[in-house]
Amino acid sequence: MPDEQTVTQREGAPTAPSRTPSGTGLELKSLTKRFGDEVVAVDDINLHIAHGEYVVLLGPSGCGKTTTLRMIGGHEEPTSGDIVLDGQSLLGLTPDKRPTTTVFQHFALFPHRSVRENVEFGPKMHGISKAERREKAMTALDMVGLGAMSDRKPSALSGGQQQRVALARVLVMEPKALLLDEPLGDLDRLLRLRMRVELRALQRQLGLMFIHVTHDQEEALSVGDRIVVMHEGRIEQVADPFTISNLPENVRVASFMGDNNIFEGTVTSHEGGRVSIDGGDAQLRALAAESDARVGQQAVVSVRAAAVQVGEDARDANGPNQLLGQIEVVEYLGDLVKLHLAAAGRRLVAKVPGDRFPEFRGREGSSVQLSWKEEDVRLLRA
Amino acid sequence: MRRGRWTKRILAIYFVLFLLFLYGPMIVMAALSFQGPQGAVTFPMRGLGFHWWDQLVNGPRSETIRETAIRSLELSVVSGLVVAVLAFSLSMGYRRRFRLDGVLFYLIMLALMTPGILLSLGTSFLWRYMETETSLWQTALGTNVVWGLPFAFLIMVAVWNRYDATVEEASRDLGAGGLRTFREVTLPLVWTGVLGAFLFGFTLAWNEYDRTALLAAGENTLPLEIFALTVGSVIRPDLYALGTATTAVSLIGVGLFLLVAAIVLRRRARGVSEPREEYGELAGENGGGLAAGASASRAR
Repeated sequence: MPDEQTVTQREGAPTAPSRTPSGTGLELKSLTKRFGDEVVAVDDINLHIAHGEYVVLLGPSGCGKTTTLRMIGGHEEPTSGDIVLDGQSLLGLTPDKRPTTTVFQHFALFPHRSVRENVEFGPKMHGISKAERREKAMTALDMVGLGAMSDRKPSALSGGQQQRVALARVLVMEPKALLLDEPLGDLDRLLRLRMRVELRALQRQLGLMFIHVTHDQEEALSVGDRIVVMHEGRIEQVADPFTISNLPENVRVASFMGDNNIFEGTVTSHEGGRVSIDGGDAQLRALAAESDARVGQQAVVSVRAAAVQVGEDARDANGPNQLLGQIEVVEYLGDLVKLHLAAAGRRLVAKVPGDRFPEFRGREGSSVQLSWKEEDVRLLRA
Repeated sequence: MRRGRWTKRILAIYFVLFLLFLYGPMIVMAALSFQGPQGAVTFPMRGLGFHWWDQLVNGPRSETIRETAIRSLELSVVSGLVVAVLAFSLSMGYRRRFRLDGVLFYLIMLALMTPGILLSLGTSFLWRYMETETSLWQTALGTNVVWGLPFAFLIMVAVWNRYDATVEEASRDLGAGGLRTFREVTLPLVWTGVLGAFLFGFTLAWNEYDRTALLAAGENTLPLEIFALTVGSVIRPDLYALGTATTAVSLIGVGLFLLVAAIVLRRRARGVSEPREEYGELAGENGGGLAAGASASRAR
């Protein structure tokens, strides 16, 4: 393979290291999908995914993540571009000819077949003998803890159990890439929290390539080795969860990941590795050694909700990175308190540890001092 | 809002009257078919017995009746089969949108609105114009199929509406080709609907008079024969026996269908009685879930 680069993407996005050399793994090359003349569902995507890697395609509905997954699985044909797995193009191959299998959002279990027959289906289609496929199916079912329910019909199982059958049904195929389309979307919250941990652990155990589509930020951060944030058919950022969460590349990533306070303003100075920004009612200073921001330029910055300090730490009134805010809503979330504030004519969010709840309980309407450190101010691309 | 006692009673009486209006004539007919030998086509009953049923099977008209009944049965079964196949394949086309699909839809539905006798008349004119003889199998079968098709088609459209097509994607994904998927997944999930389509084609042809009347060319079907008997000779209770028997055939058909459907539903729901435990698993009784299971099976 001539292309040694592991991740090709839009300019400037940080590249997470890949574990295997190029030539193996899955490669999406200029992948594009148009529906009709108007709709561009997926717009020129380039991405490399290594074997053994857990990659999450994350984005709002309509961002093209599911279409991308369906193209990998062969359920949609790309308009242009290529999908290469271990040096072989998958284009033109129907789903049954591809070494990929999918876990569908609503599980898509065969209602007329028992749990075991569902799991046996894949091996049966590949002409594996009855005895052997039965053994494979039971192994896979034991793997997901459903060995005892093999004779049931899917309708007799709970949502969580159906999810496990769907997993067993694809695991028995030993696919090169496991595609998961909103796999936890049909489960209720408690079960979802548990299943995502199990998915992660399972992927570690098996060392398989998992490509997981979701719109849930927390889920993405929880399971992924690498997160691909998508928006309107394009990749906005590809990075590990920590980077996505703390160092969003641009405004869209910052706002989609949530709990980021975004300010716009004009660069007033750039010296000593610090960039000062005049945001009207808010003055900000960012620690940005490598920034190319020039004085007079428009700039957008984000400050994570968790980086906003509330109450204590009041500094001198005229310095940057501080505001006087008014509490609008105090939201208690157990481990933390989320404060919804109005400051400098905008809405801000701050997160403080849950044990400070008594300090804020019932204080809606009162004013608090807000501040943040200059290293927590992140300069974004527009 | 609670309905008053009187409202409930009045509605109940209304409903019973409605049922009487619907089924009363049939019940009266069935009852009168058991008249004694001296009995007439109206009440009172003069004796009770199988005299007229015996007349139906062994009487002077029995030969004709048996012949037409068999012919009718054949026509209905064939009509049902053709309707089922056509409705199934047509509805498959309607799983996706296509150009002029709305127009074609109403074209199929048009057969519901067309008066049967006019269709019959038109068809006979057309065939005469083409200088061809109309006959039971050439023309009456066609008009009967046209009649049954919209009903059966609507059934199949409803079936596809409830059908989750991702199971087909799952099947393709697991290595089944297009034909294999059709055989292993699609057909097993919709065949009850196809059976329903057949049933419609069957009963509609079985009871059809208008669309056969001008086309059968001397080969009477049972409805035609019954009509001929009512206008051509003295009406006797054996006609009631015949009517009751025809109705029974339809009812048996529907009954068989319901039986099959019930068996299928029961088989599909096997084992549902177990309680649906979601959170029992959370306590970790299940051996620690996926990962632990995976390591256990790896260790084998």
